[in-house]
Amino acid sequence: MNNFSYLSTATAKDATAAVTGTKGAAFIAGGTTVLDLMKLNVENHAELVDINMVPFKGIEQTAEGLRIGALERMSDVGEHPLVVQNYPMISQALLQAASPQLRNMASIGGNLLQRTRCGYFRDVAFPCNKRQPGSGCPAQEGENRGLAILGGSKDCIATHPGDLGVALAALDAVLLLENAKGKQRRVPLVDFHVVPGSTPQRETVLEPGELIVSVTIPAAAHAKKSMYLKVRDRASYAFALASAAVGLDVQGGQIRSARVALGGVGTKPWRSLAAEKILTGAPATEATFRAAAAAAVRDAQPREQNRFKVELAQNTLVRALLELSAA
Amino acid sequence: MDHEPAFFETSPKPGVVGMPLNRVDGRDKVMGKAKYSAEYPLPGLVYGVLKTSAIAKGRVQSIDTSLAMKEPGVLQILTHLNLPKLAKTPNDPEGKKAIGAPMGFLPLTSDVIYYAGQPVALVVADTFERATQAAALIRVNYAAEAPIAAYTDKRAQIFNPEKIQDGKADGYTRRGDARAALAGAPIKMTAVYTHAINHHNPMEPGATTAIWEAPDRVTVYESTQGVTRTQKALSAYLGLPQDQVRVITKFLGGGFGCKGSCWPHTVLTVQAAKMVGRPVKLVLTRPQQFTSMGHREDQTQTLTLGASKEGKLLALIHEKTSTTSPWDNYAEANSKIINLLYECPTFESHYELGRANVMTSTFTRAPGEAPGSFAIESSMDDLAYQLGIDPIEIRLRNYAEKDPSTGQPWSSKSLRQCYARGAELFGWSKRNPKAGVTKNGRLLVGYGMATASYPVHNSQGTARVRLYADGHAVVQAGATDLGTGTYTVMTQVAADSLGLAPDKIRFELGDTKLPTAPNSGGSVAAGTVSSSVYMAAQDVWERLTKMAIKDPKSPLFKAKAEDVAMENGRLQLKKDASKGEDFKALMKRAGIDDIEGSGQGKYGSGYEAGQSAANASDAHKDEAGKHSMHSFGAHFCEVQVDPDLGTVRVTRWVSVHGAGRILNAKTARSQIIGGSIFGIGAALMEATARDPHYARYTNADLGDYHIPVNADIPDMTVEFIDEHDPYINAMGVKGIGEISMVGVSAAVANAVFHATGKRVRDLPITPDKILGTKSA
Ligand SMILES: Cc1cc2nc3c(=O)[nH]c(=O)nc-3n(C[C@H](O)[C@H](O)[C@H](O)COP(=O)(O)OP(=O)(O)OC[C@H]3O[C@@H](n4cnc5c(N)ncnc54)[C@H](O)[C@@H]3O)c2cc1C
Ligand code: SF4
Repeated sequence: MNNFSYLSTATAKDATAAVTGTKGAAFIAGGTTVLDLMKLNVENHAELVDINMVPFKGIEQTAEGLRIGALERMSDVGEHPLVVQNYPMISQALLQAASPQLRNMASIGGNLLQRTRCGYFRDVAFPCNKRQPGSGCPAQEGENRGLAILGGSKDCIATHPGDLGVALAALDAVLLLENAKGKQRRVPLVDFHVVPGSTPQRETVLEPGELIVSVTIPAAAHAKKSMYLKVRDRASYAFALASAAVGLDVQGGQIRSARVALGGVGTKPWRSLAAEKILTGAPATEATFRAAAAAAVRDAQPREQNRFKVELAQNTLVRALLELSAA
Repeated sequence: MDHEPAFFETSPKPGVVGMPLNRVDGRDKVMGKAKYSAEYPLPGLVYGVLKTSAIAKGRVQSIDTSLAMKEPGVLQILTHLNLPKLAKTPNDPEGKKAIGAPMGFLPLTSDVIYYAGQPVALVVADTFERATQAAALIRVNYAAEAPIAAYTDKRAQIFNPEKIQDGKADGYTRRGDARAALAGAPIKMTAVYTHAINHHNPMEPGATTAIWEAPDRVTVYESTQGVTRTQKALSAYLGLPQDQVRVITKFLGGGFGCKGSCWPHTVLTVQAAKMVGRPVKLVLTRPQQFTSMGHREDQTQTLTLGASKEGKLLALIHEKTSTTSPWDNYAEANSKIINLLYECPTFESHYELGRANVMTSTFTRAPGEAPGSFAIESSMDDLAYQLGIDPIEIRLRNYAEKDPSTGQPWSSKSLRQCYARGAELFGWSKRNPKAGVTKNGRLLVGYGMATASYPVHNSQGTARVRLYADGHAVVQAGATDLGTGTYTVMTQVAADSLGLAPDKIRFELGDTKLPTAPNSGGSVAAGTVSSSVYMAAQDVWERLTKMAIKDPKSPLFKAKAEDVAMENGRLQLKKDASKGEDFKALMKRAGIDDIEGSGQGKYGSGYEAGQSAANASDAHKDEAGKHSMHSFGAHFCEVQVDPDLGTVRVTRWVSVHGAGRILNAKTARSQIIGGSIFGIGAALMEATARDPHYARYTNADLGDYHIPVNADIPDMTVEFIDEHDPYINAMGVKGIGEISMVGVSAAVANAVFHATGKRVRDLPITPDKILGTKSA
């Protein structure tokens, strides 16, 4: 970790000005990603601009749906009655993430910006295109058990490790962003993260100094009847090997609308429109679910150690759909 | 800066050995008062931080510390260019032996890089943050070469060592003609088992605080399982007499083998303190912990067995190939347990090593026994299924009435009772003998069991008792409490052997100024230290008895020493309890405030002999020496496997052990639970991944190196068989440090087989290895 200065700000304007104005400055919310990576020398920020006093708070029902401030904590959001009742998959995704201590610190905005757990990325002694563009990607031929089978490139196959983003991708969430000029824009969650391509250092469309203000999730039947299933190497406190965020609106055995996103297997939260297409209008049967799962991983490009994820992702998705439709 | 813990919660009643006394140090720990080795706020203390190698093989071409030295507060940067000369280093065999070093190389003594994470510099600064910042600013220029990551690399030099485990075990063993026996055996089975690299990962990382009290005298607060071993190592390194090196470990946050030796960072910190002339503290970071204190090596075992149609073993052939370092021939001795667990007329074992660019592996949580038992106990399960015999029955058919490896009788063995009691507690009889058919909804349910065994290692140590006329006692031994309860159980032993209530006893440990105790490793501490304490108390009673029988005012005047016994702090005639007196009265009359005794606890010195006299008779010792001394036990496991998602959850657990006298029912139960959880970790999730090209770990932190969390562990049932062993030592204690883990991974794997019909021989059993299993 390098020495850095610290600035606490109370407004979005001050915060964005500080980060755009100071070379190497970054925001800090809960700090559970940014401090971790600084301790590993993966990130070296000259200044940390604390945004915890910025009033990006609140969990409230609006005309567009549920609005959650970017600085709300994972634990508060996960346990909030509106979330539990109307968006169970979001609650489940949050409460199955990390540990209680981390969830008490970590913010919603920070969660969406967490970085990959790829071991090569996290250790500066290794080459890594994401950390040092052009240095190579040892994961392709190395320890890639935890890495992505969907959305990778020859330059990077790092998994987006988070859970929340997967649920938000499934439910058509929209982020509100604000830049240093005070200008706000809306970006659907599915467009917020980008696949690595030849620029794996670029993970989102967020501009330097731009803040996540809030996230809004539209109300829907498939949001109210939804679930998040996470498969991991131990029963708790582990990143997903594969996860499925599914929402279903079933009437008389027919699926009226469906939402599907996969976690742990994609370089970004992996919404599967192909799976949704198969599900929509089809009978809610295991055969339908299997077909949808096959479609969801059709483009998978597994490597040596993560080949099992092709099967696991499908089984996870089918299981989630079975459990949800039986509930 | 000594800090003796203040103890509370001790029972006021005597007669406490075996009772579930609360930890005497528990309150200090939860109140944050227990001081660990990195928590001594010495005046003038400065901070050391390691900079470690980015490559696994090559040379340091140049090292630029100029930028780092300019950082405010930086006092010194040690590199291979300026490390003060040591009297000895482990870089040659003679030095290694004198030091007792776990690894034949000391970093910073050469520009050669042998392994990733090898220290290349040690920065000392006035704050931890500044030292950390400076370490990041050191520029090291490497001439890198392609490293070898493991024995599995085709380029690795594979060889058959004559000796393994630092010369402590043979690279080749043979008993009878196993090949011929195998050829004639009706049943033949060969299976290949692999074990991932495991790291000890104690909660408290390696930590050293060194202060030079004089130019030739140093005190080291060290996170170690043995203050004396560290003292000896440092005295050899530094060329100082042993008494000029003091090592203190009042509390230890776990060790599990990695703190059983003196590793490089310790002596480097001592040298740093010498160079800067101030006390220096160094704490390994968690990633550094993975390359600083050893690990369990990656390994493949091939086990071939021959058996009769009735399931009687006829031949066992064990081969192991594993990774070792560039300098040492280290492999944990897996074959020992395979050689003795079951009656089998022939046995053969071979070790093969492959040199790679890794540090030397070391004893890790039941070294040898844990992975060895995985192989034999999985294969025994195979045999049971193949012959359609119950897994317990197959073990009973091969029950070893004597130690097959030596032909010696056991000093005691309660394994039959362990099987029976374990099966009863677990409900083994409800098991459907067919694999893959028991279900709980979508989940497959499996029952598995395995045998556990661990030797009582040869060991000795000394303790001192000072009994005060006011009815208090201080009892001392330079032992270590790994967090497992040594403070507590020794307080109990002292209380009973002095006839005092535990709250009248202060037990002190963890300091080389105290009488020498063995390393807390190899499960020897409880047996040896408790026996030392007991013998020291006997010494006190002997002295008091002598005083009494010479004192005309004593009711025991002119009694014969052998007719006098101690009962609840009273010296009295064995035949007539009314004739006697309290020790306090005797001492007050004699005008002495306190009296000291010392005693030696020894392996094989005999329980009965120890009880009846202060020293075991030679005849009894000889008798004891003719016995093979082991603890035995059995683990029973229920798993529920999700065949679609690949997850395995342990849902029930029963462990029953026969391990001699149990000193404290509560700490003993905790120890078995903890060891079993370790085993479940090794079985289901623990694995350090080493990149095959860079020979560097890719998950060196506790976020990605998984150990079990609470949600992975069910309620566990633990029982002990009441076992009286007349040969082990004065207290009849075998020790339960490691047996708790032995057999655990096999019990889990056997349960997985029973659930799924799929035999997984590659640890850990992660979801990817279960997938493809469909419910029958
Ligand atoms: C051991 C461990 C296990 C974990 N397990 C899981 C898991 O299972 N599932 C899971 O989903 N997550 C997991 N996490 C990740 C954790 O959820 C994230 O670290 C956390 O959500 C980040 O939030 P934060 O507020 O602490 O972010 P910070 O560390 O404060 O910030 C992260 C990044 O986001 C930027 N940032 C923060 N807020 C904003 C904002 N409002 N606008 C713009 N930029 C912003 C910061 O500049 C920084 O770059 C785990 C983390 C750890 C350390
Ligand atoms: S997968 Fe991406 S993050 Fe991992 S090593 Fe390759 S480039 Fe780096």
